[in-house]
Amino acid sequence: MNRYMIRRLTLLMLSAILASSAVFFLLRLLPGDAALTLSGMEATLEEIEATRRQLGTDKPILVQYFHWIWNMLQGDFGISYLNKLPVATEIKRRLAVTLPLSLSAFVLATLISFPLGILAAVRRKSLVGIVVSAGSSIGVAIPVFWVGIILIWIFALVIPIFPAGGFPFEGWSEPWEAIKSLVLPVITIAIFMSSILIRYVRSAILDVLGQDYLRTACSLGYSARMARWRHGIRNAAVPLVAIMSFELSTSLLGAVVIENVYAIPGLGDMLLAGVINRDLPVVQDIVFIITLFVLIIGFFAELAQQIIDPRLRIIPIRSRSAAGLMVEDKLSQKTHPDPGRSKS
Amino acid sequence: MKKAVFQILVFSIAVSFFTFVQTTFAADGYDPDATIKIGSMTPPVSLNNVGGAGQGITEAFYRNVYEPLMVLEDDGTISYGLASSYEVSKDRLEYTFKVRKGITFHDGSPVTMEDVKFSFDRMLTEESKAARKSDLKKVVDNVVIVDDNTIKVKLKRRSQSMIYFITYIEIHKKSAKDIESTAIGTGPYKLSDYKPETSIILVRNDNYWGEAPKNKMVIIKYYKNNSAQANALRSGQIDIIVNVDSPEQILDFKGDSRFTITEGKSTVKQVLAFNDKREPFTDVRVRQAISSAINKEAVRKATWDKYGLLIGSFVPPSDPWYEDLSQINSYDQARARRLLAEAGLPDGFNFELITPATEAHQLSAQAVKNDLAKIGVNVSIKVIDPSAWYTIVFKNRDYDATLQEHVNDRDLIWYGNPNFYWGYDNKFVQQWVIDAEVADTEEDQIAVYKNIARTIAIEAASSWLYLYPQLRLSSATVTGYPVNAKNSAFYMGNIKKM
Repeated sequence: MNRYMIRRLTLLMLSAILASSAVFFLLRLLPGDAALTLSGMEATLEEIEATRRQLGTDKPILVQYFHWIWNMLQGDFGISYLNKLPVATEIKRRLAVTLPLSLSAFVLATLISFPLGILAAVRRKSLVGIVVSAGSSIGVAIPVFWVGIILIWIFALVIPIFPAGGFPFEGWSEPWEAIKSLVLPVITIAIFMSSILIRYVRSAILDVLGQDYLRTACSLGYSARMARWRHGIRNAAVPLVAIMSFELSTSLLGAVVIENVYAIPGLGDMLLAGVINRDLPVVQDIVFIITLFVLIIGFFAELAQQIIDPRLRIIPIRSRSAAGLMVEDKLSQKTHPDPGRSKS
Repeated sequence: MKKAVFQILVFSIAVSFFTFVQTTFAADGYDPDATIKIGSMTPPVSLNNVGGAGQGITEAFYRNVYEPLMVLEDDGTISYGLASSYEVSKDRLEYTFKVRKGITFHDGSPVTMEDVKFSFDRMLTEESKAARKSDLKKVVDNVVIVDDNTIKVKLKRRSQSMIYFITYIEIHKKSAKDIESTAIGTGPYKLSDYKPETSIILVRNDNYWGEAPKNKMVIIKYYKNNSAQANALRSGQIDIIVNVDSPEQILDFKGDSRFTITEGKSTVKQVLAFNDKREPFTDVRVRQAISSAINKEAVRKATWDKYGLLIGSFVPPSDPWYEDLSQINSYDQARARRLLAEAGLPDGFNFELITPATEAHQLSAQAVKNDLAKIGVNVSIKVIDPSAWYTIVFKNRDYDATLQEHVNDRDLIWYGNPNFYWGYDNKFVQQWVIDAEVADTEEDQIAVYKNIARTIAIEAASSWLYLYPQLRLSSATVTGYPVNAKNSAFYMGNIKKM
């Protein structure tokens, strides 16, 4: 297990570095330069070059790259080209807004989408199922910022319950105010996220409902509901965990549209500003951190999958093929040995 | 008994006096300890005005947190700031300023002449990206401390605009640290909190040497989205929107007595800049033709509805040498066709118009394209993001023509720089730019600049489509904010909230 962990962690770090390296090189292909943003119209070309020397953007790309990696490994995330303040401080401040926003939206979306998805699958032929299914399609199709604007209109302007946007300067030291400003954004994101999840849950449950082993479980004395619960949902859960980890990862930066509509100082907003201003340290550092988050979430998702499905509790390569054997019949294991197991 | 009567009399007089004062006060009605909340879409790029150019820092800090020796007002006039008087030597190469006594910085330390000298020097270092640095460098030779409250600025050559340039030099504390995240100035407000790209909080400086501000605290919130900003105004989260950048935003608020819309003069000029070094724009006739073919009134209307102003040259109304030159190269398509034919392009030609991706530019670009199509000139509009504009146009000069907004006042001199991005190279204008500065009197200076403005207009060095309006939106309970905008300065000391 130890070697496994070390290998996973090394892979994780390498992936994070690779992803941000890709961003590093891609960014420098874009036209535009922070030195130009700083210099303004009055600057002569020589002065612009001088600024580039100050920022270090005149050095060869590989030199800049190794400089950045070297500093990162020592924990120095650099300073913004524009406001000359440490990037790490600002990222922390923004994470304190984006993490609760994304996590709450994720939790809410999960709480909504599982029951509704199961309902849509199990009652698919009745009106309830059809309504839920249609509703989720509409939820996916409607632009999320429009939903945000409508919610602001109704719940902040017409009926002034929540603020129309913004996040209190005092931050979380005024917890009630902070929560109030996040309610509408969380609901907006959750509506979109659960529309997607409902469809996946529904389809995963449908897959499982048709399986022989459920019929067998009933013949062994389980009630339909118990069978679904013990065998149905557990089998359906494994790919759903993967989908959910994906949704959570994308929501960290994906919240940028909502941050814009609600004027919330989040991480996506900082990244957007960094890209527009060509503030390379900001962009690189955020991408690196987000990549780390995504990989860590993925790691925990795999762990969760292995807990849910004992067949997956094997070393890396084999767990891939086992996960692919989702439709394998529990009963048939006794007569057809698991190809994975026999190779141990 | 008599004593009691007397006391009662005095008491009732006192009471009525206080009631009288209260009523007068209530009639004027504002709360001197109010918090004003401002919405803006131009956050400062940096708190250090020498570290990065930009409107955001001027808007938040000029005259609010930092003050210069001489102050540029919104109407273009210049008044005394930290200086109480100044003298100009006979040869006009020495300006001696007397600085007011007893002024302290926000941290309580006194303003010394070392600080004043430092404030000049920091603008002129090699790393400085301060506004007007190039002008100051050409003119200022040295700054000398005369005594505890006198400073002398020695010039390399005479400069009619010297006092105007002085208004750009904010007085900073020499030993101030952390200038990226803190601000030690002398102004009526102190910086209380700064969250990059998000908000700035200013609080009243109760030890301010001058007239106290009429409010206690100002919170500037930065938005990236027009409707989020508008919603904030509507729900009372902000009191003022500093800059309305399209007429659609006002539609919602028109006729609503809870809100006020003000229109003032800005210094922002919408320029259709030809690459004067690239064919066919090297030919004056072609430029004149294009300029005459555009119905500038219609372009202005398409972009700004009933707001904004036509200008005929690169001069906003607040510049001393402003005159209305909109009749030069005015809308005349027949003339345009004639000129094109003379220039050897009777069937028109094609060019690419680089357009930064803001709403005003895109609307104007479309209107221009429609007008030019009528004389056989085909415009392909290429929309790019503003930071790419800097590389493609400003640095690489790889363009035919472009739209751009120029924000500053008194920037006519850029037509005297043949290396500026539009590449206009007229030796006379270059000479006049120098002549204007060393002119003997202000009247002479104005006459020379007017000449420059007329020349570049006649030669259609560029085509100036319109002057942006300065539109501000506020809640009706808030008054006293500047109506005009001079280089994005926004003085907050007179803002009153009921």
